[in-house]
Amino acid sequence: MTISAERPTENAPGSLLPPAQAGRLGWTQRPGWMSQHLGTAIVLAIVGYLLGHWLGHEITGDYAYVQNSGQNSSANFFALLFMVVGWLTGIGALNYPAAKLFGRAPREEATIEGWSKYFRYTLDHKVVGLQYVVGVLLFMFTGGLLAMAIRAELLNPTTHLFGPGTYIEIVSEHGTIMMMMATSIIVGPLGNYFIPLMIGSRKMAFPRIEAFSFWVFVAGYAVIFSALPYGGFPTGWTGYAPLQTQAGPGMISYLFGFAVIGMGMMAAGFNIAVTVINNRAPGMTWSRVPIFVWSILATAALLTLATPTLFAAGLFGILDKTAQTAFYVSEHGGSSYLWENLFWFFGHPEVYIMALPGFGIVAEILPVFTRKPLFAYRVAASGMIGVALLSFFVWQHHLFQSGINPDMRPLFMLTTELISIPTGFIFLVGMGTLYRAKIRFEIPMLFAMALFFNFLIGGVTGVFLSDVPVNVTVHGGFFVLSHFHYTIMGGLLFAFMAGLYYWLPKMTGRMMNKKLGLWHFWTMFIFFNLTFFPMFIIGLLGQPRRVFTYAKNLQGLNDFSSISAFILGASFLLFFANLMYSMYIKPVKAPANPWDSLGLEWQTATPIPVYNFERIPVIMSDPYHYSEIGAPPVADLGTNVKAEPVISSTSGSGPA
Amino acid sequence: MSTENSMKKETHHLRRMATIWIILSVAADLLFMFWIAPHVPPGTMTDTARANQFDFNVLFLMAFPVLIGVWVYMGYAIVNWSAKRAGVPEPIGGPAARGNLKAQVSWIVVTSVVVLFLAGFGTVALINGKGSGGGEGPNPVWMPAGSAKAETAALTSSASWTPGSNQVLVVQVIGQQWRFTYRYPQFGGFESPQLILPNNTEIAFNVTSLDVIHSFWAYQLSVKADANPQQNNVAYAKTDQLGSFMVRCSELCGIWHGAMFNSGKVVSQSNFQNWATTTESANAANTKNLPPFAWTYVPDANGSAGGYYIDGNVTPYSPVETYGAKQPAA
Ligand SMILES: [Cu+2]
Repeated sequence: MTISAERPTENAPGSLLPPAQAGRLGWTQRPGWMSQHLGTAIVLAIVGYLLGHWLGHEITGDYAYVQNSGQNSSANFFALLFMVVGWLTGIGALNYPAAKLFGRAPREEATIEGWSKYFRYTLDHKVVGLQYVVGVLLFMFTGGLLAMAIRAELLNPTTHLFGPGTYIEIVSEHGTIMMMMATSIIVGPLGNYFIPLMIGSRKMAFPRIEAFSFWVFVAGYAVIFSALPYGGFPTGWTGYAPLQTQAGPGMISYLFGFAVIGMGMMAAGFNIAVTVINNRAPGMTWSRVPIFVWSILATAALLTLATPTLFAAGLFGILDKTAQTAFYVSEHGGSSYLWENLFWFFGHPEVYIMALPGFGIVAEILPVFTRKPLFAYRVAASGMIGVALLSFFVWQHHLFQSGINPDMRPLFMLTTELISIPTGFIFLVGMGTLYRAKIRFEIPMLFAMALFFNFLIGGVTGVFLSDVPVNVTVHGGFFVLSHFHYTIMGGLLFAFMAGLYYWLPKMTGRMMNKKLGLWHFWTMFIFFNLTFFPMFIIGLLGQPRRVFTYAKNLQGLNDFSSISAFILGASFLLFFANLMYSMYIKPVKAPANPWDSLGLEWQTATPIPVYNFERIPVIMSDPYHYSEIGAPPVADLGTNVKAEPVISSTSGSGPA
Repeated sequence: MSTENSMKKETHHLRRMATIWIILSVAADLLFMFWIAPHVPPGTMTDTARANQFDFNVLFLMAFPVLIGVWVYMGYAIVNWSAKRAGVPEPIGGPAARGNLKAQVSWIVVTSVVVLFLAGFGTVALINGKGSGGGEGPNPVWMPAGSAKAETAALTSSASWTPGSNQVLVVQVIGQQWRFTYRYPQFGGFESPQLILPNNTEIAFNVTSLDVIHSFWAYQLSVKADANPQQNNVAYAKTDQLGSFMVRCSELCGIWHGAMFNSGKVVSQSNFQNWATTTESANAANTKNLPPFAWTYVPDANGSAGGYYIDGNVTPYSPVETYGAKQPAA
């Protein structure tokens, strides 16, 4: 079979035609304020909220009031539902489906030029990627401020900054917003931006679904904070029933918020999985796919398959609170265990949604900064797939002491410990790649190395937690809390920073300042560990999670942790300062390939054309042949070739 | 460079790393064993706690070599294989750098062996530990001798417990927003806000809740069991030392979750007998108003923690009736 290197741009809906070729422009693309953009989305969202609130009161006002509170869960649900629909209508997400629904030809949605594309329903994956960068930073900043509030409260066991209701509200919002952010922090910005570039594609498989996933993600932010006027929700991010059933209308914001974020997760995962499977350039066989793409593919599979459970669980909860069903109400034939199981059946794959992309970034950039090929590529890729599969069989380790069927516990102890085998592959890959390398300690490399330090502690303590006799002591305490901050913040967030410092020069054409970057890295790394390591000891000494007070003798450790946390928070200000300084105040033009990477994403022009590649590249090898003399180039980009290059392929992996 | 030279360099690196690793691991494990291990939670107040502490310490002793192994490797790499360092060997390219079958297979074998050992070890500890003090649900599969008999008897009014009889003491823990109360079915089913336990006695904690999910965590006893509404959750521990212990709720149960703690006491068997019989007769008037002892209860219409609870599934739930009939006289 022969595959031509040159492929025509598909003239299908969603393809990225330059404006000159476009027919009637869609509303999302028209210039000026008489079109669809962030402003119209906000206006329609507010209108939707008010309309829904009124409607909810009209429909259910006579029976669904929370006693003596003047609040109504149904009204809150309808308000949020109409708000999200208004938001999506306002941004233009429904134009295309609506046109199709009424059998009319949809308008062209070519990418418009200029800065305003960042505030619109734009179909270019690079624009969506940058929108996601801003989006996740917004989530992170808000969640971080809430974390500062928690640590401030815990400075003293007897003097309180907040009332217990406010405190639990802050804890719950912090946990939920951070978990929502963590599902998308790498997949959203860097996945959407770089997957097509790394597999040699001109676009994502479903650009509209991609844009939808972002705008729904932002809507989730508004939904989760809509709980505040109702006094928040008291359940933490785990939302356990019957506390959930007992809570006020703010609980709806949590349940519906996860449903909304869940829609975005499913959409993003589905879109990315299809893209990686179908849109690879000719010659991009499965053994040449960059390891970051493997990690995102495994994550996409988890997003697509695990999230529906969360979505359904959230809707059951909404029905319990509005339509008086009893899914989670034991007294009326339901079961609080149903929520626990549904939640963690999603929740544990979720943990790996928050780990695998970090592994992917680190494995991707290690070869660049060690000037060596990636060690044990196949082990790395199969480890990621193995983790993804096994992650569906471990969820009951969150329920060891809950009174589940007791003989399930050895089984879930076994599966949980088994998953540490494929998870541990990242250390084999990392250590093998470092072996006799020439390590360049650039900022991305420092963050990548920090992941190994942090994730090792997070992983080993995870094995402790999986052991039922030890779990009796550490479950539900600060030990667990520290463990998952070590994996999610110490792993995922450090990897995200590595990825940003590594790829921002390509995304923006500007280099991040190295001096400020070093300050950022060292403060973040040191004070991350000084914040969270004492929490292991605090947990071992008996402090449960989510408490506003604690034993007097734990004040020293708590204060140490709090003060470190404030400096850790300040390190993020250093990051924002660096971002502002390097991008706007004193921008330094980035070289075309500042790290001398072989990755395909660095081979296109900067700024990257809307098409990504002038011609679809023909992939000739994986991007890891550093220090291999006589290795072929990664790809034939076809730009300087007169005759049409034709390669002979036996492993037929071209796009469908 | 010749392959022979390269091989020599390789064994040289690996040998140096292994030496540092072994020295540091042995030192860390010895320090831990003699200095920290005796103080590792949950201590030795019950036989469950003692067994769980042993389990914890085994994990620590295995964890240090793993942590130190990776740290030594990373530290060695940073020091010796930095690009700035003069005279570093050229990086090895080609197939050797892309994988090493021996290294990969031994990595997978070693991690698998460790992991399978840990799973087996944990399972044995769990079974020998009679559930290790964790909540086993309403139908425990691993239980101390005599506990089934004691728990069956607890539901009849004739159940009793006497010092020196080696009987299992049944204690019901009732979680409610935001406190724990305790019922002693072998002493007429009185309810107390105090948790007093006899020493050298097998205790069967029967944990339930009147409202939301709580978790009964008796830290020094090494007992943790979620309190679920409408469900009994059983956990065992055999007391071994006199003294007081801490009880905290370890599952978020609403705004005052952080304040949901108290302490309990292990006393001698005869002191316990005295306390229990005294409290039984002192509380007799109140106990009459309580529902008959049952594994679970349906909360009454007064709402969470607001009043008494109606009997366990004996009479149909009727808020008006309950409110009228069982409301205690002011
Ligand atoms: Cu509680």
